Amino acid sequence: MPSITEKVAKSLKKRHKKEKRFRRAGFFAVIFGFMLVAILIGDITSKALPAFHQHWVKLDVNYKDTWLNIDDSSMGSLKKANYRKVLKKSVYEMFATTSAKKLNGKDLAGKSLSRKEKRSLFKLFSTNAEFTIKDALTATPEHLNKKINVWIRLDDDVDSYLKEDFAVGEAGLRLSKQQAQWVAQLASEQRIESRFNFSFFTSSDSREPELAGIKGALTGTLLTMFVTLLLSFPLGVAGALYLEEFAPKNRWTDLIEININNLAAVPSIVFGLLGLAVIINIFGLPRSAPLVGGIVLTLMTLPTIIIASRAAIKAVPPSLREAALGLGASKMQVTFSHVLPQAMPGIITGAIIGIAQALGETAPLLMIGMVAFIVDVPNSIVDSATVLPVQIFLWADSPERAFLAKTSAAILVLLSLLLVINISATVLRSKFENK
Amino acid sequence: MNNLNMTNNETSPKELGQIALTKTVGNIYADDAKMSIRNANVFYGNKEHGEKQAIHNVSLDLAKNQVTALIGPSGCGKSTFLRCLNRMNDTIDICRITGKFTLDNNDIYAKDLDPVLLRARVGMVFQKPNPFPKSIYDNVAYGPRIHGLTNNKAELDEVVETSLKKAGLFNEVKDRLKDPGTGLSGGQQQRLCIARTIAVSPEVILMDEPASALDPIATAIIEELIDELKEKYTIAIVTHSMQQAARVSQHTAYFHLGKLVEMGKTEDIFTRPSHKLTENYITGRFG
Repeated sequence: MPSITEKVAKSLKKRHKKEKRFRRAGFFAVIFGFMLVAILIGDITSKALPAFHQHWVKLDVNYKDTWLNIDDSSMGSLKKANYRKVLKKSVYEMFATTSAKKLNGKDLAGKSLSRKEKRSLFKLFSTNAEFTIKDALTATPEHLNKKINVWIRLDDDVDSYLKEDFAVGEAGLRLSKQQAQWVAQLASEQRIESRFNFSFFTSSDSREPELAGIKGALTGTLLTMFVTLLLSFPLGVAGALYLEEFAPKNRWTDLIEININNLAAVPSIVFGLLGLAVIINIFGLPRSAPLVGGIVLTLMTLPTIIIASRAAIKAVPPSLREAALGLGASKMQVTFSHVLPQAMPGIITGAIIGIAQALGETAPLLMIGMVAFIVDVPNSIVDSATVLPVQIFLWADSPERAFLAKTSAAILVLLSLLLVINISATVLRSKFENK
Repeated sequence: MNNLNMTNNETSPKELGQIALTKTVGNIYADDAKMSIRNANVFYGNKEHGEKQAIHNVSLDLAKNQVTALIGPSGCGKSTFLRCLNRMNDTIDICRITGKFTLDNNDIYAKDLDPVLLRARVGMVFQKPNPFPKSIYDNVAYGPRIHGLTNNKAELDEVVETSLKKAGLFNEVKDRLKDPGTGLSGGQQQRLCIARTIAVSPEVILMDEPASALDPIATAIIEELIDELKEKYTIAIVTHSMQQAARVSQHTAYFHLGKLVEMGKTEDIFTRPSHKLTENYITGRFG
């Protein structure tokens, strides 16, 4: 007969082994999850990097008044002048003189280039190049009738070509052999420069990838989140407090509880349909507006906040309530000076989960028109706007190669925003916990 | 020796439980009653799931400026009864109370009486020390603040100081009034809760096993404190410790299975109990 000690020792070995195995499994689970996140972030970052710089080219722009089609040098006529012609002629001149030096002395602009060549040459430059050279002249009007170096953006296809060096000249590709040659020529003359892409953060959406930025979407997201937070937090907390502390426990409150739990599981696009049918069509609020988006996201976030808040309120020890009640505090005083502060960290966690969910939501916003192509930065909650996830969705859908990087860059911005919100929530939480 | 005496009329606990009680033995009346309770019944549960009666027809008086101890085995309804006296049971939805409860001859369950007002007059100290997660000062100042008892900061400071002094805590905490109340030791926390209760200047203080979570030294301090407090307040204390009841109270009520078995002067109850259940309980036969 083995003694008790031997028996325990024997089983102890087994138990220790079990614990070790469990620990290892847990450790690997954490590592695995961490690795996946690292791969995701790494992949997005590597894809996004090209979007943060873009190539500019230095052109010799000849501000001839005949090309500008103006008679005087007043600001009014400078603003109305034909810069497209100036750009075209200057470009043709540059390439004509560099490729056909023997014909010097005369106005040779584009003489040596065929019509087709001219068109493909002009395509190397961004469509807003004419505005860039216009801004350059209106800033310094004395440059009229002079040949000046102006930096303009290259077209997104050229930009992508310079960044990725893909094959050229074949059918279906965006850059012909001839165009690649011109780009190589510009590069050899030190006329091409890679710069940090400020316009990604300062401009709004555009059909031209080299001009497209996220300012509009970011502003739209911030406005929408502002509305969502402003509505869902007080409403959610008030609802949770009422249900937990004040409402009688009967069949009706049970029914409400079941419905709230169900609402949390309703597909978000349904809330979008509700927003379209009720908020836009019945109440007549403007479509595509952050106000409507915020209301729709509030509907979606409310159940999450209410459920989390109720759990937090339930976790407040009853002895605390009794202590205050025993002193003669009214129900309201008990709730607001004891229950709410104690439940606040939990409530904030719930609110953050809800807001983070809303931040990444696309589907309901499609229904209320926030998917529209909007070039302006929204100034108020009733202006037309779009949000970051929708912008990502739109860019991911675009055929231009440069939008690939833009998509990843916008995702990075969205993730950073999420990080900022989470960090501020954690700080806020610990503040309440230490109180 | 005790055992030998008891052998003849020994009753098993099971039998004891089945003894039908019709009338409380002893004297439930006080000459100068602060609170009077007549025919109190308390029911838990609702009609659908069956109702359980926790208190059966209890009548007693709480004598003014004296300590009344409620004793009895676990689950006999002492705490439930105590909580009826400041309507703490109102917060429990499934609790139903009948009977007449008066404070200074006024019905405390009257429709026009706000339980908040009642609780300002009838304070309560709980079994587990439950200071608010606030500073020591704010803990004591909370009651006067919500009731608007003081007009300015100086008055409030004075109320806090006198309350802490009455609770015998002031000298221990006077240098750290800003520290959280939850950082005190168990005994100090309970005294803080007592200070918090007397800061509202109640007329009656209900204590629900105030020393059960404390060590003997802290218990002794609390007991001394209760003895001092009865000069100004009427006190009802629920306790599991018969020695404690004997030490601090002038009147003792013995509860058994939701019924008041016997009540009388403490020295009578502990020296010559009239009812067999009381005798068995205080001699340690069960409980």
